Amino acid sequence: MPTLAKTGNEAMAEAMRQINPDVVAAYPITPATEIVMIFSQFVADGLVDTEYVAVESEHSAMSACVGAAAAGCRVMTGTSSQGLQLMSEILPIASALRLPIVMCDVNRALSGPINIHCDHSDTMAVRDFGWLQIFSENAQEAYDNVLQMMRISENKEIQLPGMVTTDGFIISHCMERVETIDDAAAKQYVGAYQPLKSVLDLDNPITLGSLDLQDYYFEHKMPIVEAMQKAKNVILEVGRDFGQKFGREYGLVETYKLDDAEIAMVALGSTCGTARVIIDELRAQGVKVGLLKIRVFRPFPAEAIVAALKNVQAAAIMDRSDMYSDQGGQVFCEIRSALYDADKKPLLANYVYGLGGREICLEDIRRICADTQANAAAGKVKQLIQHYGVRE
Amino acid sequence: MKKNMGWRELGQGDSLPAGTAAEFQTGDWRRERPIFNKENCIQCYFCWIYCPDAAIILDENKKVAGIDYRYCKGCGICDRECPTKKEKRAIIMKEEKK
Repeated sequence: MPTLAKTGNEAMAEAMRQINPDVVAAYPITPATEIVMIFSQFVADGLVDTEYVAVESEHSAMSACVGAAAAGCRVMTGTSSQGLQLMSEILPIASALRLPIVMCDVNRALSGPINIHCDHSDTMAVRDFGWLQIFSENAQEAYDNVLQMMRISENKEIQLPGMVTTDGFIISHCMERVETIDDAAAKQYVGAYQPLKSVLDLDNPITLGSLDLQDYYFEHKMPIVEAMQKAKNVILEVGRDFGQKFGREYGLVETYKLDDAEIAMVALGSTCGTARVIIDELRAQGVKVGLLKIRVFRPFPAEAIVAALKNVQAAAIMDRSDMYSDQGGQVFCEIRSALYDADKKPLLANYVYGLGGREICLEDIRRICADTQANAAAGKVKQLIQHYGVRE
Repeated sequence: MKKNMGWRELGQGDSLPAGTAAEFQTGDWRRERPIFNKENCIQCYFCWIYCPDAAIILDENKKVAGIDYRYCKGCGICDRECPTKKEKRAIIMKEEKK
């Protein structure tokens, strides 16, 4: 396995090269531009067989992806932030038509004010569109997750589009050590695409995207509900298989020093890396603290989260986005809801942090862990929701 | 197709058999109806090409033979595109009498 120095964007483009999709339609946007820029160079250099469709907007990019996937092609794209929002009209069409499109999505704040840096507002805003969502902690995971997402999406039981995310600039532009898989092994792992349908199949003509009113629309939404349920097991199988073949196993969530933990931090993406450092430091001081990383956000791994937190006294739920609902961030709301029926559950406090790329440093994690310890000791939560690190 | 199928009976996604629009008769929307005058028709097929539905009837010799009012919505595109002269119109729109 080659070990390379790669940024998150380079790692994702490398996974795309190895997947060799039939069609890529994309429009550049910071900080995801490089993914499709590097990929377009692969196309120009003849390293892939892909038809690269340069479109005039992200709305067109996703529309072209839907058309190509409906024709039976393996399709990929990449975007971020405003671009993802411009795709919004088409995203639920991709899932409703059961088209396994895989998107490399770099998390970035939403305008306004205008900002190009990391938070999770863009990805969270499209969480209810029937797309699978996997968050990556670093460039290595970004690479591994793209390869796995292709298999998860194309699984015959699932057939849903999926987005793999990295954190803007923090992962997308930072160079890290990445172990890649040999081209042949990657190709074999992902496998050849066998589309279940094609609008260009003249022997078996079908209609896609027809008008569907009170009599059938509801019925046509149910397969997405079922596929999302089934996706949890498929994600676990694919992650286990990846571990057996390449030594890095993946689940729906990942725990770090959580087994005997009294307090916990729950986070997504790159913040987990920062948290590990402080958890090691506090563990050396005898503090029983652990991390719960949510890798998969759609489908939401409620059962795994409840199981992982059952012996924890207090947890800090980290949200790099706000719902502006007066109920904290998306991760907090979903975890709180998942714990409602649990017999044993921790005290929860929500930290909305890092909006617009505001840094989350070691000292911040240290402080939040101290807060969580105090909550555990007091047996109650001092402040349910706080916007951490904002100036008063 | 069977009526009122349960969701587990449906095809993948919202894919349906092709050509089901044939079962969907849209002629009852019509406010104006095109009247076809065969003796004036020059067989240019413009009406057949431009009709957004399947309302132009071709006979067994593939000649334009009339209007299928089960599908004709009365949009008037056939009349608009018909190149025949005013005094020898092949298609004339008339108000629909309910």
